[in-house]
Amino acid sequence: MDFLSYLITGLGLGSVYAIIALGYTMVYGIAKMLNFAHGDVIMIGAYAAFFIAGNFNMPAIVAILVSVFVCTLLGVLIERLAYKPLREASSLSVLITAIGVSYFLQNAAQILWGTDTKIFPTLFDFDNISLFGGKLQISLLTILTIVVCIIIMIVLTMFINKTKIGKAMRACSEDKPTAQLMGINVNTTISVTFAIGSGLAAIASVLLCSTYPAVNPTLGSMPGIKAFTAAVFGGIGSIPGAFIGGLLLGILETLSKAYISSQMSDAIVFLVLIIVLLIKPTGLLGKKVSEKV
Amino acid sequence: MEMMKTAFLGKNKNRSICVGVVILAYIIIELLMFTGSLKSLFINLLVPVTSYIIVALALNLVVGVSGELSLGHAGFMSIGAFTGVIVSSVTSTMITNDILRLFVAIIAGAIVAAVFGFLISIPVLKLQGDYLAIVTLAFGQIIKSLINNTFLGYDASGFHFSFITNNVKLSTGGKMLINGPIGATATDRISTFTVSVIVLIIVLFIIFNFINSKYGRGVMATRDDRIAAQSVGIDVVKTKTIAFVLSAGIAGAAGVLYGLNFSTLVPAKFDFNQSILILVYVVLGGLGNMLGTIISTSLLVLLPELLRFLADYRMLIYSVVLISIMIITNNPTINKTIKKIFKKNKAEGDLNNG
Amino acid sequence: MANDTYVLKTENLGIDFGGLTAVNNFEIEMKTHDIYGLIGPNGAGKTTIFNLLTKVYQPTRGKIYLGGQEITNESIVSVNKLGIARTFQNIRLFKDLTVLDNVKVALHHSIHYNLIESVLKLPRYRKEEKEVEEKAMNLLKVLDLDEFTNSKAKNLPYGKQRKLEIARALATSPKLLLLDEPAAGMNPTETAELMDTIKLIREKFDISVLLIEHDMKFVMGICEKITVLNFGQVLATGTPDEIKNNPEVIAAYLGSDEE
Repeated sequence: MDFLSYLITGLGLGSVYAIIALGYTMVYGIAKMLNFAHGDVIMIGAYAAFFIAGNFNMPAIVAILVSVFVCTLLGVLIERLAYKPLREASSLSVLITAIGVSYFLQNAAQILWGTDTKIFPTLFDFDNISLFGGKLQISLLTILTIVVCIIIMIVLTMFINKTKIGKAMRACSEDKPTAQLMGINVNTTISVTFAIGSGLAAIASVLLCSTYPAVNPTLGSMPGIKAFTAAVFGGIGSIPGAFIGGLLLGILETLSKAYISSQMSDAIVFLVLIIVLLIKPTGLLGKKVSEKV
Repeated sequence: MEMMKTAFLGKNKNRSICVGVVILAYIIIELLMFTGSLKSLFINLLVPVTSYIIVALALNLVVGVSGELSLGHAGFMSIGAFTGVIVSSVTSTMITNDILRLFVAIIAGAIVAAVFGFLISIPVLKLQGDYLAIVTLAFGQIIKSLINNTFLGYDASGFHFSFITNNVKLSTGGKMLINGPIGATATDRISTFTVSVIVLIIVLFIIFNFINSKYGRGVMATRDDRIAAQSVGIDVVKTKTIAFVLSAGIAGAAGVLYGLNFSTLVPAKFDFNQSILILVYVVLGGLGNMLGTIISTSLLVLLPELLRFLADYRMLIYSVVLISIMIITNNPTINKTIKKIFKKNKAEGDLNNG
Repeated sequence: MANDTYVLKTENLGIDFGGLTAVNNFEIEMKTHDIYGLIGPNGAGKTTIFNLLTKVYQPTRGKIYLGGQEITNESIVSVNKLGIARTFQNIRLFKDLTVLDNVKVALHHSIHYNLIESVLKLPRYRKEEKEVEEKAMNLLKVLDLDEFTNSKAKNLPYGKQRKLEIARALATSPKLLLLDEPAAGMNPTETAELMDTIKLIREKFDISVLLIEHDMKFVMGICEKITVLNFGQVLATGTPDEIKNNPEVIAAYLGSDEE
């Protein structure tokens, strides 16, 4: 029974990772860049929700919507100001810029809200569900997190496959110059990608902070790195890959915390990542790119 | 990446310039210290800056010369630092000369880090591109976790070790060498600026000689075209391994200098952010450009200190400076203007049109 | 076992990509010291055969023999050590290295110093580096590249880049040299020079040459024997005169856009 409970907790955590990982993987798929500032967008999302819910006593949905709005705007702004001028630059220059953006957001948050950890308000006042005569307690919040993740996954897949802009995103990820020749506005497409990824980060931030209610300027770093790992795990650039990678990572982390060692759980997660990459060098669902000779 | 792959083909000329700059800087700093015109804040930064320069040079060997992204070099620095602390503590009664003991510690730290470099290179170098980078990131995290959970003590009866929970019981006179997340405490601060500079110069010689050998040519060829390198019989994995292990060893040596410069050292010091900072030094200095690395590291380590008057805003300004530098150096119009001003590659440019 | 007088021999060589057969039942018997041409319309599988012979691709079926020794399951690296060197259709130089270093890279077989000796610049390092430098300079002179010694490879004109690839391949002291469209992008004068150069290096380094080329004048003028490929299969094999008059070959060429 313990195992089942850990598994569900793991799925919940994994769902949060998956939602964040989607942001990484979509941006990687289209802009071919590792957006290391993505984790800090989550942090800003958490502060936005914290600010609204804490100061104005608004219903949860308002806090979430404001958070999504702030992050979406922030994502587009970051892309336009920092990454767009580097479209033709080397991937390393873009990586360093992303790191610069990450520092900027963390330090801006420090100045605005201080370095101390703030307690995230309870947005969802849920009871636990009791199963098997109380032997298995499941948090409704965890269930909500998993459900939200699945909905996002389904909607996003439909969006990518059915809508015009979704198709444009796929075209851009395959071949930007050709997409441009076909009349696709590459800049708009990239902006939309950042907007969606950042909006998802906001949802992830609310779910994350509702489970672990501590808000501080470095809040996004570790979930960011983990979600990034999840994206690679699943095969970076692949949307189902990010989903599966996120869930697996969450389960792996929770189970190793429960059964092996809570201090070593990170090391175990990263060790498994190394092993997975040795067996499948481009992640679970990643595309193998062969070089023309 | 193209424009930053600065030529390091001047062979001995580049090496002489680098060594010359280092010696000149050393003399100037020593003179300033002698006349008392250097603030103690800066004096305290001398060994850390030099250590960072060394580790950045090591990383440039991987990123610039070998062409692989490593996001875990702080891990090697950490291994070196804690090895150095252990060796220095254990040998403190045997080797009473601090300088000699420091050198012994540096060699030990370099060797242990190189061994770890070899172990990690087995999985790492089979992968390519961003996937390789992720594995180095994962490795850095694993090293941090491992040291964070290591409890190692030393007393008359030898070493005592435990993992995750601290079960180390020492007899009187015993010393805790690594105390889990608290790390190393009450370390003898035997690192000196002079020794750091000597190590830096030795490292410069090693790196330049490596680049100008069959090994260096092999990795650079592999970087430029993996299949062509294989087609002329280069074992690309072996060649890259050698460069990676050498780099890990040098990073380890830098870690020893760094670790023995402070009386306390926490494992969390060498986290992902630290690896990234070192990468920033390398990219800003120019891939494969060793002099650039020396200059950019010095400036970027000192910059936050110079910006101290900005108080809370200093790291904010630092990040804006970083982003601006990347955007400006990658702006095609600005680049063209710079190239027009320094038209030193004229001869090569003419060949292009011929 | 294949006969030793053949530097290169293949049996039923083929490769499939997914369900698509790119090369099928490719057989060649190339005599030592020959200059041998491999021709055919675009997409006939010529470069794929080079990639099979140098083990960039693992064949789906068939066998490859080099000087009587089977090399079907060797790696790219060991095939080179055993004596095959090549150039690439889409030039693959070490673009950020100098012309001299491009050749020096390929001379690593003749260097025996170890890492410690190189890092400390010990006498053996100095001696062997000097020897390598001389060997590289000699190769550059043979291919008329010595005036570009210290230019970066990427800054060379196109024709010179092709020649540098040949110099680099020769530096590995091969028995068999594979040239993938060596005359592509060259003007008639350069092409004529290249023909002389190829004949010269065959004598000077005592090697056999297998080449892919679209320029018929070049192929007919230099090759002792030619194999024509079409749709991944051998269409005809023979001397230049036999090939010129082969009706199937004529049909295949007239049916395509090629010259």
